[in-house]
Order: sequence, then C-alpha cells, then structure tokens
Amino acid sequence: MSTAAISQAKRWYWQRVSAMVLALCVFVHLGVLIYAVRGGLSAAGILGRTQGNWAFGAFYAVFVVACAVHVPVGLANIATEWWGLRESVALWLARAFGVLLLVMGLRAVWAVVA
Amino acid sequence: MSTMLTVKVWRGTAGGAFTRYEVPRQASQTVLDVVTHIQRYLEPTLSYRFACRVGMCGSCAMTVNGKACWTCRTHVAKVVKDVAGDVGELEIAPLSNLPVIKDLATDMSAFFDKWARAKGQFKGTATRADDFAKVAPASPERVAANAGIECIGCGVCYASCDVVGWRPDYLGPAALNRAWTLVNDVRDVQQPERLRAVAGDAGCHACHTQGSCTERCPKQLAPTLAIAGLKRKAAKAAVRGEL
Repeated sequence: MSTAAISQAKRWYWQRVSAMVLALCVFVHLGVLIYAVRGGLSAAGILGRTQGNWAFGAFYAVFVVACAVHVPVGLANIATEWWGLRESVALWLARAFGVLLLVMGLRAVWAVVA
Repeated sequence: MSTMLTVKVWRGTAGGAFTRYEVPRQASQTVLDVVTHIQRYLEPTLSYRFACRVGMCGSCAMTVNGKACWTCRTHVAKVVKDVAGDVGELEIAPLSNLPVIKDLATDMSAFFDKWARAKGQFKGTATRADDFAKVAPASPERVAANAGIECIGCGVCYASCDVVGWRPDYLGPAALNRAWTLVNDVRDVQQPERLRAVAGDAGCHACHTQGSCTERCPKQLAPTLAIAGLKRKAAKAAVRGEL
C-alpha cells in the first residue's frame, strides 16, 4: 500500500474522530447557549460567568482543537475534488486554514476566560 | 396516449450532440424499444449496446433524462409525462464517467480494470481433491456477502457517482461492492492485500456517502453499505497494524 493511501486513510479517521468530539461539543454548546441567555444577553453577563472559569476554557479549547483537526481534512477534499488542486497544494492550503482556526479560536477562548 | 414521441439521442463521441427523432408511441414501450426503433427505421448507423433485453445482462445501461438506468427495464411511461397530449421529451445519452466510443456505447475498460485493482478476484487454497467448504448460510459473513453478490456489472452506480467524476482514480461503488463480498468470503486468502487495495482516497475513504449508487442500483443493492463496511474493516486492520 502506498504511503499516500495510508496518509489518506489516517486523515479520514482523524476527521471521523474529531467529528465525534464536535458532535458532543456542539450538543453541550447549544445547551449552554439556551440556558445562559434565559435571563438576557449582555457582555458583562457572559464575562461574569466565563472569566476565571477554567473548566469552561478547557471545554472550548477542546472544541477549537477538534475544529482545527476536522475542517482542514474536508477543505482539502473540496479543493481537490471541486477545484482540481493537486493533493499536496490542497493539503497545505487547508492546513494553513486549520492553523488560522486554531489561533483565532484559542485567542477567543483566552479573551473570555483570562 | 400520444401517437408520437420526441426523442433526443446523443450522437458522436465526447464532442457530439443530441439529434432529435420522432418515434411512434406504443403501450408498454421500453426505452430500449425506442432506441431499437430508431436504429432499425430512422438511423441505421446508431451505435448502442444490448443483449438479453430482460434485465439479466446489464449491457443496455444508458443515461435516460439525466439518470443512469437499464433501458430494457425502464418504461417510457415512467420517465416521460404524457398527460392530455402534453408529451415530455425523452433524452437518451451514454453512461456518464466513462469514455464514449460512439453514440450510446461507452468504453467500460476502466470500470472493469478497477474491479481487478480492488482485488475483485477470489483466491482460495482448496483443490479439487478437497471437500466443499462449509459456510453457514446464517453466518454474518455469508449474510453480508449475499447482500452484494447479485451485482451484474452494468455500471449504473459508477455512472451515478459524483466522486468518480471528481476523482478519476476512485475505484467506484461496483468495484468496492465486489471487494466487500470477497472480504466476507471466509475461503478467500488475500484479505490484507484487498484491504490495502481499497483503502485511501482512490478507495473506500473517498466515498461521501451520498448514496446515488444505492438509489440507482437496478438490483436494489447497497454499495454505500458495502463501502461503509470496508471503512470499518480497514479501521480494525489499521488498529492491528495490518494496513
């Protein structure tokens, strides 16, 4: 079996495993969202709950990491299949986007927790 | 029922075009009947492929009004609206995702080559001196193989698969379905090689689970399920370090 095929199979599994994590995260996220806005939505209210809440921070950090793993695999497939990019080019573009998601996501988590 | 049917038929190769014909409408008329009428009475040079005419050989598959199907088992009444003289058109084209040889006949070499690439050949160890292998009909492997074994290689699933169109290397639903029946053949001895052959983006991992193959299969098989089974088997093999 070629190394390319092994890497492709591995990417597929990483995408599925991260999808499982994301499914759980989205479920919890929506639940918290519905619960948290019952008394109205304000920046002070949100920061009051999140600042110093490291459990909240850890949960959303996992959410962000799962996104950063999951999204590039699908984007690379789209770029290969729809735009006709070479696999290596599509992978590097998708990875760059994954790093962007990771940095922006973790920065957002830090901003509301720290 | 109207007396005449307007039919657009693909003529030429990839750079060809549709030609319009008027064909007498008849009761219980199949799309293959229409094509045969055109060749016999209107366009003797029209090329198309058929053999059994009764849904056994799988050679008459074409694209009818945008969807791949067996023309011999597709009644005109099911694909053309015929209400109060308002007759819809019938459009007949060669199968998608395969090179056109001429008119409605495609070159299916790549399709069958992919069966071979997916290790679609049975390889056992028994000789004629050995007794028959005993496989319990109700065993999970036999049941899984049974579910996909009736494929006759018509190419309808292959022509209906978007991933085949996007990834020319992709083995396609029929070859992967064939591989899955052999993965479940307890007598076969090239299982690790087969899983290696069907893993990766040229194999089962490129499937988007859109299910067009399963929806269009004239034998009501489910290649989508077979491909999902291959993904599971490949995962287990990877965990054991056998991939």
